[in-house]
Order: sequence, then C-alpha cells, then structure tokens
Amino acid sequence: MPSVKIPRKSSDTDMTPFVDVGFLILFFFIMATKFKPPQPVEITTPNSVSTEKMPDNDALLVEMDPTGRVFFSMLAEKDPTMKYTVIDNIAKTRNITLTEQQKKNFQNGGPVGVSFAQLPALLGKAPADQAKVKQEGIPIKDSLSNELYYWVRDAVTVMAGRPVQYLIKIDNEAKYPDFKRVIEAFKRNDIYKFKLVTSPEDAPAGSPLAVDRANQK
Amino acid sequence: MASIDSGGGDSGHKKGPGVKKAKKLSTKVDMTPLVDLAFLLITFFIFTTTMSTPAGMPLFMPKDTEKDEDKNKAKESGALTLMLGKNNQVYYYEGQLLPDGSNFKSTSFDPENGVRQVVMRKKQSTPAEDLVIVIKPNEDASYKNTVDILDEMTINQVKRFALVDITPNENELVLATQARAGIR
Repeated sequence: MPSVKIPRKSSDTDMTPFVDVGFLILFFFIMATKFKPPQPVEITTPNSVSTEKMPDNDALLVEMDPTGRVFFSMLAEKDPTMKYTVIDNIAKTRNITLTEQQKKNFQNGGPVGVSFAQLPALLGKAPADQAKVKQEGIPIKDSLSNELYYWVRDAVTVMAGRPVQYLIKIDNEAKYPDFKRVIEAFKRNDIYKFKLVTSPEDAPAGSPLAVDRANQK
Repeated sequence: MASIDSGGGDSGHKKGPGVKKAKKLSTKVDMTPLVDLAFLLITFFIFTTTMSTPAGMPLFMPKDTEKDEDKNKAKESGALTLMLGKNNQVYYYEGQLLPDGSNFKSTSFDPENGVRQVVMRKKQSTPAEDLVIVIKPNEDASYKNTVDILDEMTINQVKRFALVDITPNENELVLATQARAGIR
C-alpha cells in the first residue's frame, strides 16, 4: 500500500503584523490620552448640539452632582499662584485662619465643595486625599448664605484683566432651582455670560441648524 | 564563529575528523510576553481615555433690572411661552395666557411630534423680528430638560429667547395638568 505523506505544518504563526498593529494602537492611545484630574463626584452632563471648545485655562468651573452638591474650582494651570491669592483673599474676607500649608494645599488641590466653616479641615489634607473626603457642597440654598457668591467674587477680582470664562457643569438629574441659584451667585457678581458644559451631539436631521451647517460645508 | 567553536569544544568530546558542526541558534525570539504587556497597556489606555471632549454651550442671562423692559418689547402675537414640568413634560401657550386656560397645551421632547414641531410652527407663522420664546422651568424641572430646551432654540435657530421664572398662576396650571395626567 502506498503511504500518503501528509506534510506537517508548523503550529507557529507569524505574529509580526499582529504585534505591529498592536503597538500602533498602543501609541495612538498613549498620545491621545489626557488624564483627567481626580474628581470628587461623577457628573453626567446633558447633550447639546453646541460645538464650542472648552477652555483649559483662565476659567472658573462650578460643578453640581445629582443631589445638588456644589463644587468650585479654578482652572489656572498656567499661573497656579492665582489660586493661592484667591484662597488668601477668601481667608481674609471671611475671617478664616489658614496656615501656609493649607493655602498651598488649595493651590495644588482639586475642586472644593465645603462651606467656609469646614474649609480648614478639608485643606488640612494633602491634595491627593482631598478627593476622598466626603464633601457636603458649597452652601447656596438661600441668598443670604450663598457662599458661592464670595468664591466667585474673590476669584474674579484676582483674575481681573484676563479673558475669564465661566463654566457650569451640572448633572442631568439636578433640578432647575439649584441651577438657578448657581446662576444667581454669578449674577450678583455682574456676570451674565456662561458656558454650560455639555456632551456634543449632532444636529437632528432636517432641522434648520442641520440645514445651515450642511450649507456652510 | 570563534565563540561557537569554543562553545562546542567546551561541552563535548565528540570532535570527529573533519566534522565541525556549529550549533545553529534560532533568530526567532519569543515575543509572547512583549505582546502580553502591549495589549495590557492598550486596554488600560482605552479604559482611561476620554475620547469625546466636552463642548461648551453659551448661555447669556439678562440683567435683572432690564427684565421688565425686555418683556414689554415682546409683541403678543409673536410670543411663545414654554413651561417645563416633571417627567420631561413641556407645557406651552401662545401670546397671553387666557383666563380660562383654554390655550394652555402640553407636549413632550419627542423628536417627531414634540416641542420642536411647536417651535417650528410658531417660527413659520410669525415674522422673524416678532418671535420671542420665553422659557419657564418650574421647581420640578430637571437640569437636563432645561439644557434640552435651550438646545432646541439653537436647533431651530430662534434668535430671541429668555429663561425666566414661572409665575404662580402658570405653575398652578402646570401642577393641575400634571395631577390630571397622573404624573407624580
């Protein structure tokens, strides 16, 4: 009987193209990634058709989570000493005693979401630990004790002369009255132009905006 | 080849006459650990990256002192008042609210047959310079709905609109309508 020889195939596959593509993707993600700073709360923003870019610098950011807790932060990466000046002013005008270290912690830390009374305790912690603290939110419930007003006032004074933008980032589930109180804190500082932080979405097909945008292209 | 020669000399005593076989080293490297690590990093970056950068939606609020003058400027025929309530409901009336509330209607955020159609109809039936849309969210309105309705102004390219507090009268009507529809 003639024996049929079945050629033995190697079980090794050439993985080179696979590895090539793998590394390509890896490099892409390394380049495209921008790490977000630690957030004390997770906020899901609503969608809008707006396409305006968000500033990274020279901006005040007010955040609100679904339960209405308010957080304040300054985006001043280029000149972090401004944050120091702001907390210095806050300490002076609101009669809070803060040590040098506490002020430095504010300069390097993230969003602040506590009343002035609890501020020393929060800033006593290192910036990395601040996000772990359960923060109650800046009081805004009634106009007399609207502490956000003072934060905005002092920050605006320090950032005077810069093209400051006012960002408001609120969760989908938050209620309109809370949003109104945030707006009011700005209005009392004679600020009327805001930017609401939203997730981008396409203009609905057939709407006047969609037609307009298609014509511009 | 010297090194291989010496290596062969060290290890064995099989040196026959004229037989000098150099051990061939494979040029293939086991890449498995490298690939493992690479894909671990890919997964890590995929999960940590935020691809869609947020967009900023501009919002201009009027000065409180100027509010009354603005209101007076609006022509009754060109005014459309939208009120936001619970459960993504929108209530609206055109012009002035009639005392018996007969022109008070309700709609939703439905893309096919919702507030967008109401706004578009109003926009088509009124001269562009007369059209004013007044947005009045009540206590129960969510922030999402507020942004959605402001977005609706951008989508329909309404130039004049204002975000105003709801009047007690209107709020009562909204609450009554909600109670009738069984929305809690």
